[in-house]
Amino acid sequence: MYAYDAIDRELVETRVAEFREQVARRVSGELTEEQFRPLRLMNGLYLQLHAYMLRVAVPYGVLSSAQMRKLAHIARRYDRGYGHFTTRQNIQYNWPKLEETPDILAELAEVEMHAIQTSGNCIRNTTADQFAGAAADEVDDPRIWSEIIRQWSTFHPEFSFLPRKFKIAVTGAQKDRAAIKVHDIGIVIVRNDAGELGFQMWAGGGQGRTPMIAKLIRGFVAERDLLSYLEAMLRVYNRHGRRDNKYKARIKILVHELGADEYARQVEAEWARIREGVLSLPQAEIDRIRAAFDEPPFERFEGDSRAFHGKRFEDRGFQRWVRSNVKPHKKPGYAIANISLKPVGGIPGDATADQMDAVADFADRWSFGEVRVAHEQNLVLPHVRQDDLYGLWLALGAVDLDTPNIGLLGDIIACPGLDYCSLANARSIPLSQALSERFGDLDRLHDIGEISLNISGCINACGHHHVGNIGILGVDKKGEEFYQITLGGRADEDAAVGRIVGRAFDAHETVDAVETIVETYVAQRRDGERFIDTLERTGPAPFKEALYGAD
Amino acid sequence: MSLNVITANRLNDGVVIFLTGNGWSTDLQQAETAEGKEATAALLTRAEAEPGVAVGPYEIAVERIGEELRPLRYRERLRVSGPSVDYLKPQAA
Repeated sequence: MYAYDAIDRELVETRVAEFREQVARRVSGELTEEQFRPLRLMNGLYLQLHAYMLRVAVPYGVLSSAQMRKLAHIARRYDRGYGHFTTRQNIQYNWPKLEETPDILAELAEVEMHAIQTSGNCIRNTTADQFAGAAADEVDDPRIWSEIIRQWSTFHPEFSFLPRKFKIAVTGAQKDRAAIKVHDIGIVIVRNDAGELGFQMWAGGGQGRTPMIAKLIRGFVAERDLLSYLEAMLRVYNRHGRRDNKYKARIKILVHELGADEYARQVEAEWARIREGVLSLPQAEIDRIRAAFDEPPFERFEGDSRAFHGKRFEDRGFQRWVRSNVKPHKKPGYAIANISLKPVGGIPGDATADQMDAVADFADRWSFGEVRVAHEQNLVLPHVRQDDLYGLWLALGAVDLDTPNIGLLGDIIACPGLDYCSLANARSIPLSQALSERFGDLDRLHDIGEISLNISGCINACGHHHVGNIGILGVDKKGEEFYQITLGGRADEDAAVGRIVGRAFDAHETVDAVETIVETYVAQRRDGERFIDTLERTGPAPFKEALYGAD
Repeated sequence: MSLNVITANRLNDGVVIFLTGNGWSTDLQQAETAEGKEATAALLTRAEAEPGVAVGPYEIAVERIGEELRPLRYRERLRVSGPSVDYLKPQAA
């Protein structure tokens, strides 16, 4: 893992000291709330419905076991014993006290963590494929490039007050596990025809009230040019982005209104001016950062473990967990183990302090001390020996973390909704709990197969409802909660925005409506066909008819 | 004429509070009520005079059911009662 250098350390420690003083001045009355608000937001501290909320960055979703233990400690010492992992690979604490926040930040700094770039109109914490450095289909490790972007973007003076927040995602494989096409900039690591490593640059994706899929801006940017090209992309946005209208301020609107070709033309012109300047990446610096992500000391195996396959045959519960939660690793004899934070009837993304400590222990024991956070609000142990998977599964079961539902209907993405969020119009969590209970039968869940169900409590779309195969958006109708359903969204390499099927339902009806959608799919599907494939083959008509009757 | 109270979040911990005749309380039932625009505006002015205690004061419409005050909007009812989900209990698998 990347370790802070002296500059990183000083930067974070200085920020903690500065914020400590700002909090003291607010509490003493020297600062008004109006003066203090932008300062606390720069440190990830929001004021939500019932309390403050502290959003802590997990850069590109990578955590060491020591960092995970610190997150557990903070949950226990300063909060109510749990934390919430988000769709931006961050963790949020829902109940910190204002005067204790500088202490929390100081504790985070001890393990090279902070809350910088988790709020404000800056370049936010970069997200990446949670399988980075482990995936069998990876062209290159996205952590290297995400770390380079982190160093460039943190406190970038020119981009500290952009028209709106700005989100970058990186995937190292053609299979997109980082939802790059619904980010302001999406980066795909590729090789060109000459075999050189580089980047496909996408821009203008996003969700919220105007969901859009990113457009390809350049098919190949060489390694040395990554930062200069990003700088050019940001500079054109910063120059033209709509500061007069918050709802039109994101780059997706600029790319849409200018047109992708014109935006790309301006980026290329800007890039031509700056590409040979200070942002040209020295190979030595790329090599230095790459070395920080060197492979752990893997054992050499010739192929798959026979003992592992034997256990799958013997134990049906283990087999079910392996089928959904275990993914192929680039090294023979190893696997990627996904830990679902979506127990039946649970709160998506929430983990107790004890569970976080347990995951840290499992990482030390079985995954070289590494943990990842997935944007689907789950955790990952990236490097587990196949021979150790059975022991891991048993250990996960002892702390209620063995739910075998990754990628299935119970793996619901949900924002905190109106239970916590001051922006929300409706609750997301109780609906996700009711749906996960309705589909709680694991045999049925596995029979239904791959399907994503995403819920947002408002149009800001933190629950990624636009790109759920089934998306649910909470709306307020005369003070009552209703839910609008969309179908056909997807966040993968074929990203698409779902379409509204018809009138909204109340909470109870919504659970039945999802059941109707699933039953319609099961009746319509052909052998081995996923929900999204059936929907794309049939179109929405049979689903609409099942929900609302024939026209 | 609608009945209103003033609510805010407490500076130290963000907890939901209500303006009473004698400072602030976490109990809606202690809140001072105002009828009509002028009386509500006067209450809000009083609330805004204490920025060191309460953050972002604003008015909400309430109704009286028997002796009890109850916010009209669902959002405010949720602010009064806290999250509707049981977050402290370890989740069952």
